[in-house]
Amino acid sequence: MTFDLNLLWFLLIGVLMTGYAILDGFDLGVGILHLTVRDDTNRRLQLNSIGPLWDGNEVWLVTFGGALFAAFPETYATIFETFYIPFMLLLFALIFRAVSIEFRSKQKYSIWRGFWDVCFCFASTLATFLFGVAVGVSMIGIPLNERFLFMGNIFHLLHPYALCVGVLAVAVFAMHGAIYLYLKTEGELQKHARRNFWRMFYFFLVMYLVVTVYTLIAVPRAIDNFTNYPWLWIVVILNVLAVANIPRAMYLGRPLYAFISSCCTIAAFVFLFSTALYPNLVTSSVNEATNSLNIYNAASTPLTLTIMTVIAVIGMPIVLLYTAIVYWTFRGKVVLDEHSY
Amino acid sequence: MDLDVVFLSRLQFALTIMFHYLFPPLTIGLGGLIVIYETLYLTKKDTAWKSANVFWIKLFAVTFAVGVATGIVMEFEFGTNWANYSRFVGDVFGSALAAEGIFAFFLESGFLAVLVFGRDRVGKKFYYFSTWMVFIGSVFSSVWIVIANSWQQTPRGSLVQQMTNPSTGEPWFIDGAPQMRAQMQNFWEVVFNPSTIDRITHVWAGCAVTGGFFVLSICAWYILRKKHMDFSKRCFKVALVFTFLGVLASAVTGDSNARMVAEQQPAKLAAFEGHYETGDGPTALHLFGIPNDKTKTVDYSIEIPGMLSFLVYREFPPKTPVIGLDQFHPDDIPPTQIPFQAFHIMVALGFAMLGLTIIGFFFWWRGSLFKQRWLMYLFVIGILGAIAANELGWVTAEVGRQPWIVYPPMQKTTDGEILRNADGIIQFQQAEWPTLEGGAVLKPAGLRTRDGHSQAVVQSQVLFSIIMFGLIYTLLFFVWIYVLNEKIRKGPAPVGEAVTPPEGFIRTAGEHAHDSMTSLREQAQDPSKLPGTSPIPKKPDKPSDTPDAYHGISKILRMFIEKFKK
Repeated sequence: MTFDLNLLWFLLIGVLMTGYAILDGFDLGVGILHLTVRDDTNRRLQLNSIGPLWDGNEVWLVTFGGALFAAFPETYATIFETFYIPFMLLLFALIFRAVSIEFRSKQKYSIWRGFWDVCFCFASTLATFLFGVAVGVSMIGIPLNERFLFMGNIFHLLHPYALCVGVLAVAVFAMHGAIYLYLKTEGELQKHARRNFWRMFYFFLVMYLVVTVYTLIAVPRAIDNFTNYPWLWIVVILNVLAVANIPRAMYLGRPLYAFISSCCTIAAFVFLFSTALYPNLVTSSVNEATNSLNIYNAASTPLTLTIMTVIAVIGMPIVLLYTAIVYWTFRGKVVLDEHSY
Repeated sequence: MDLDVVFLSRLQFALTIMFHYLFPPLTIGLGGLIVIYETLYLTKKDTAWKSANVFWIKLFAVTFAVGVATGIVMEFEFGTNWANYSRFVGDVFGSALAAEGIFAFFLESGFLAVLVFGRDRVGKKFYYFSTWMVFIGSVFSSVWIVIANSWQQTPRGSLVQQMTNPSTGEPWFIDGAPQMRAQMQNFWEVVFNPSTIDRITHVWAGCAVTGGFFVLSICAWYILRKKHMDFSKRCFKVALVFTFLGVLASAVTGDSNARMVAEQQPAKLAAFEGHYETGDGPTALHLFGIPNDKTKTVDYSIEIPGMLSFLVYREFPPKTPVIGLDQFHPDDIPPTQIPFQAFHIMVALGFAMLGLTIIGFFFWWRGSLFKQRWLMYLFVIGILGAIAANELGWVTAEVGRQPWIVYPPMQKTTDGEILRNADGIIQFQQAEWPTLEGGAVLKPAGLRTRDGHSQAVVQSQVLFSIIMFGLIYTLLFFVWIYVLNEKIRKGPAPVGEAVTPPEGFIRTAGEHAHDSMTSLREQAQDPSKLPGTSPIPKKPDKPSDTPDAYHGISKILRMFIEKFKK
């Protein structure tokens, strides 16, 4: 078997997406849960638990976008023009989120802080939901013509299945965020995070079952690859085990294990999503065989992919190194000091 | 003007990029100064520099956050509004964008966290290292995006080719049309295309000027108010040198840019100068004027004869005419009015800023720099000039690129002469667009702006997003200004004073307002002190320097809050 650069970049883009989902996942989750605490100090504690990190986490999305653009420009173009309105709303949410975090602490008026609190929570929820919808729509497929141009309308993007995946995304990130908050806080706030965790876990469990069943019914193509590559079932089993380990670890009072398990769960979701698509990047609901964008017909030239591989080989270890440095610097329980938000 | 998708998409891109570009030059330039101040702190062991940097880093962080948020928009818009362009350039442009993400953004955002939150968590040396990393990260981010943009202006290292259909291995046609795109041939030729160096250095110079004037402006304002004098004077002097070097570099790189444009994109330079007819003799330089497309002259202009030929060709006495717009096909000519005005105002602002910094040096030498109140006022408003010059520079470059989104290179003969057809019209390099029958049609090896937009997007969608961005950005801008203003009013913490107030929270600028609110609340509890019931209403403590407009707003806010509390 020759070395398949296209497959490599499909995997690398998956890695970037996983990195984004795990890392921004917990800070979006903290945002979703933000309004569940009432008083200012606790809200500040929650906000500052992600304070130094959220910005760097969002860079994974930017790099994911850049890598998609570079490796599979046709896919990038088709997805972005198709999802015009949802992506504009996503930008709206991301801008408001960033701004809320940054500006909330600049005044002490309760009305000022309350306003940005609501913005922060709403924007985090909307962004998460839209990510989920985008994943859901990709699973279902969209009508493309032979030029890979979208021929549908907004209702193709509001398929009930996609909306379900959107809700699942909110549930996953909220749960993920609750575990993160449990790790980073102490005392009453930590107990509060624990209560939140259980609520979100049941919410997630329900959505997980709903979406799994719905996928099997609505997207039969999703398990095609499992017949070709039976070893993929291992990932499914690991996924179930990871999900099961989250409540177990929380029950035993080992939040770090729970957090790692929820990271694994998210990674498994991204992996299964990629498996369901492979070798397609965007599946066309019309003439699937010819009108879909796959990792070959949507790709850049081998030369570009080679250059990007060199860039990634040099760049990724450095990125991981200083991501680790920053996370290490801000380890431990969150405390408010003069530099906090 | 026709409100079609292309026009609206251009409008939206212009709006969002111009808004975004308020911030990066500020953070890059200020990042450089922060590195210098931190170096001074470590070498001179003077804590005054440290407390100065605490202040600048706060302003940096707020600006950076807005820059990041508006920057994501730009990346999305390549796909959402310019999908065809993305398909065409992805193979070349995409790797620069990916490199930017990997090399620059992670570096910036990671170490900025250390800079803003980590002063007490990491050692002095690591903190110093972080200031460098943030600065280098922001410089890297400018490198990659300017490389990508420069390739769009002067493409090299790539060819416009037909794609191969991966499923058949044959040339790819869809509906009889060839699948064409720019494909990379040589990465380093893409990176070092003829305009990269000139443009990146000019951008950096602009960043230094903006960051420098930002500091000068704030310090000058404090000096006028006789506040934070030690802080202001020391920061001002360093920033003045920094800015002067920046303006000087702008002039030098600006000149070499113009000569590069004359060689690579003569139509663009002709548009800068409203140079319609080539003529036979040396070409004059217009100091100002209004280009008139109908009469093909520049109205109300004052010109220096032969000056443009002198600047472009460096000949004295000048004799060679500069290429005019008449040597281009009418379809390939950029609009003249906007590039002309933007270019001339940018240059004028550049000279004004150069003059201002030199006057600053003069009075510094005379030892009376900070006593010249008129000069300080000029420095306060100088930041507007710096920002305007940066914006106008990009307007010049990008509108001058029209009607191309990817500019085809000039066709040259083997001895380097520009190729013209029988009518004397300049020829662009051609690419073969194969036909199904086995022949080929020759077209310029570029992409026109009108062919670059997203075909799946309709007018109403873009209209929606323009309105959305218009509203958000207006809000964002005012909030940014407001927060910045609060921080500036609060000013840097005095040297040696414990920065940490009793309850361990950061004393934000808002506390000012909060303090006066407390006094208002006290009044509310004591009806005799309420304004209106008492014959001489006692005003809440108000800092003497509070601008009246601000006070008015805060008064309304406070009334509103009191009502809300009830």
